[in-house]
Amino acid sequence: MSANTHHTATPAEGLTFYMKDEHHPEQSTMIGFWIYLMSDCLIFAILFATYAVLGHSFAGGPTAKELFDLKLVAINTAMLLFSSITYGFAMLEMEKGNKGLLVSWLVVTFFFGACFLGIELYEFHHLIEEGAGPWRSAFLSSFFTLVGTHGLHVTCGLVWMAVLMVQISKFGINPANKRRLMTLSMFWHFLDVIWIGVFSFVYLMGVL
Amino acid sequence: MASHAHSNAHGDHGHHDHHHGDHASHGTFGSYMTGFVLSVILTAIPFWLVMGNVIEDKTVTGVLIMGLGLVQIIVHMIFFLHMDTKSEGGWNMMALLFTVVLVLIALSGSLWVMHNLNTYMMPELTPEAAKQLP
Repeated sequence: MSANTHHTATPAEGLTFYMKDEHHPEQSTMIGFWIYLMSDCLIFAILFATYAVLGHSFAGGPTAKELFDLKLVAINTAMLLFSSITYGFAMLEMEKGNKGLLVSWLVVTFFFGACFLGIELYEFHHLIEEGAGPWRSAFLSSFFTLVGTHGLHVTCGLVWMAVLMVQISKFGINPANKRRLMTLSMFWHFLDVIWIGVFSFVYLMGVL
Repeated sequence: MASHAHSNAHGDHGHHDHHHGDHASHGTFGSYMTGFVLSVILTAIPFWLVMGNVIEDKTVTGVLIMGLGLVQIIVHMIFFLHMDTKSEGGWNMMALLFTVVLVLIALSGSLWVMHNLNTYMMPELTPEAAKQLP
């Protein structure tokens, strides 16, 4: 841009910009969203650190080994993994411009995401019923904060996905909707990456 | 295709008319399936290790779980998030590496400091120890 400053262009002959690639709204969206995801990653890193520090402070209450039901966690993990691959299929249909199949795959992804959330809420409810709510010990506080924050992200992703399905059905696969689909794709796969950390570090290491 | 269009953006000005929605690099059916199969395997192994009590030594199992988790994160990054050194002109990777450094500092620093504090000041309160409290 600064290279152009001593180029005296009268309005009549029209301005010529030599760096046309400077202003790409879509492109800056993608990198901007990536930066957002990285900052989100820092939030989760801090919550993981908190859990790592407090994860053994049971305060005489129930321990991770007594509380966690690994079968449930395995089903949950499968749900999130399935939703990742079906979102990938949705993206492939988006590239082909196949609106009907794109929305169908999004519905399938939404279903798996909702199952994940349902199972997680069931687990939380079950823990609280047993008297192992977040107030019981530092271990449970940090557990509910970490897993709950992830669940909150999944909820936001589901709301976003529902809105996007309506958008696509109404306006089709236009550049704006493509951009939204791609950012949601990053968000959704990022949540799956965080979940890998959760099931490995919190559940499996906790039961071990 | 995005990284291709982006990398010669300054040399080749004939590329401007194409759709800007197509920018991020996408996977193919094959790459998504590869990623999916790999992550299923990498998820199944740690669950099997813990649920089946395969290895007696818990430290070994723990190290294996965390190692497999790390590999799976990398698999997801490559096959689902399409990370490579070229996307967005390398800035994605730079941001990722910067974040990884920050995460490592935050995690190892917290664990180190708090472990020291715990060891010197707070003996662990197990259910057995809690019973003996006055």
